[in-house]
Amino acid sequence: MQNELNIMERIAEAAKSITTGVDATDIEHWVTIYIMGKGYQVPADLTILTAIEFAGYRFIRGCGCRQGFCGACTTIYRKKGEYRLQTAMACQSRVEDGMYLVQIPFVPAEKASYDVGKENFAASVFLKYYPEIAKCVSCNTCTKACPQDLQVMDYIQAAIRGDFEAVAEASFDCIQCGLCAMRCPAEIVQYHIAQLGRRMYGRYGSPIPEHLKKRLAEIEEGKFSKELDVITSASRKELEKLYAERVREAN
Amino acid sequence: MKIPYYPGCTLKTTAANFEQSTLASAKILGIDLIELPKWNCCGTVFSLAADDLIHHVAPIRNLIRVQEMNDNGVIEDEKRLVTLCSMCFNTLKRANLFVKENPDDLKTINDFMNLEEDYQGDVEVVHLFEILKNMGFDKISEKVKKPLKGLKVAPYYGCMLTRPKETGIDDPEEPTIQTDLLKALGADTVDSPYMKVCCGSYQTVNDKDAVARLARDILTHAQNEGAESICTSCPLCAFNLDNRQKEIKEKDPEFEGIPVFYFTQLMALAFGVEDEFYGFDLNYINPTPLLIKKDLLKN
Repeated sequence: MQNELNIMERIAEAAKSITTGVDATDIEHWVTIYIMGKGYQVPADLTILTAIEFAGYRFIRGCGCRQGFCGACTTIYRKKGEYRLQTAMACQSRVEDGMYLVQIPFVPAEKASYDVGKENFAASVFLKYYPEIAKCVSCNTCTKACPQDLQVMDYIQAAIRGDFEAVAEASFDCIQCGLCAMRCPAEIVQYHIAQLGRRMYGRYGSPIPEHLKKRLAEIEEGKFSKELDVITSASRKELEKLYAERVREAN
Repeated sequence: MKIPYYPGCTLKTTAANFEQSTLASAKILGIDLIELPKWNCCGTVFSLAADDLIHHVAPIRNLIRVQEMNDNGVIEDEKRLVTLCSMCFNTLKRANLFVKENPDDLKTINDFMNLEEDYQGDVEVVHLFEILKNMGFDKISEKVKKPLKGLKVAPYYGCMLTRPKETGIDDPEEPTIQTDLLKALGADTVDSPYMKVCCGSYQTVNDKDAVARLARDILTHAQNEGAESICTSCPLCAFNLDNRQKEIKEKDPEFEGIPVFYFTQLMALAFGVEDEFYGFDLNYINPTPLLIKKDLLKN
């Protein structure tokens, strides 16, 4: 035990500058997590991502923006004594005592290639590129797996009946982590289907934004040409002056 | 009458004319069909394997929505769920019967769907035909503005509406419910010995020719009895009988096309709702020339 703690302390020492920035002896709350089966004590206020780094791992894959947007740090875990397999984005979830963790750095999934401009705006487009969608048994496992709390099964069902708007709305916050596809017993690749749905909806379903049409007309009529001419005809010195004196947001 | 309504996937896609004509004619009859706020595929086919519970999850999930509508006050004390598609009707009703008769299996299914409230087993799956029958066909004929006089229609039942007898809505051997409705609409009904012979169902995906052969038998027998059109309540039967006429014609150029209606299209026509709700543009064999000939549509 003594020896193990020494190791932990050494790891904490090595990692503190990039994780908590405080001395390990000042940390009051610790939890035990298991990374691929091996136990580590980590500060309780870390995210799964920083806790894995605290334990001494360096991410080569399975880590991206660290802000909850990119969907790269897909994690699955079980907690000690619980039957449920749970999912998370490692950068967005705090460690909990007794977590058995593993990162999923890559999800193998077939992604169809298509030209939305040449497809029919009908439910058949989903069957054409992802025929396995018809195998959905509405078990809702995808929804349970989604770390973004999206209603995944509902948008798959909406796709089956060609409701592109519902697919686009319900899948809008998808970060393409792939957990739905990893868990689906019907082997559906939900997040690629959602992307097809959003692309089709963007092309054919959503209303053309009036403000964009107006702005395009303004550009074509030369509304902004004068300002552009000023810049393109300016000398380097004049440009430097303009840059230095530009209006900018407060830092 | 406000009543929860399950459309099913086909009524939102290839059989959109079935839904349009239904909603328009139900309104005339004072039936307010309220689509489930959220629903999934019915499961399409009722699974017959005793331990194949996963395939009962989809239909049961839809029945929970009816409970929720009652709880949320979207509807008041209405545990019936109306369906139109014969396949959806059959799958939902049989799954419902299955869990009512097998409470242990219902518990397993409820436990599996742990994010949902438990299904209590007290929803009743009904077909629109049953609502019409309860209303009384004489009441329906009162709403007819344009009797379908002289239109010779052969009712076609297929399998899923009347079989098995535990869930069927009419006598599986001698069904009359379509004839009763068509008579109330003023049409001339034509009996055909093939009115309950299988159309080939989803074999249409794998074996077009087999389905075209079956469809040809069904259609030509009706034509031999003098029918000028067919009436059905099933989008899959309708597809096989209507769209497969392309393959029939390719093999047999002598074959004369015959329009296939949903019963609700004929209701909409007889009730005189606006043309836009007939949805004839989705019928493969265009019924417009026949209806113009019968003075039921303006040229």
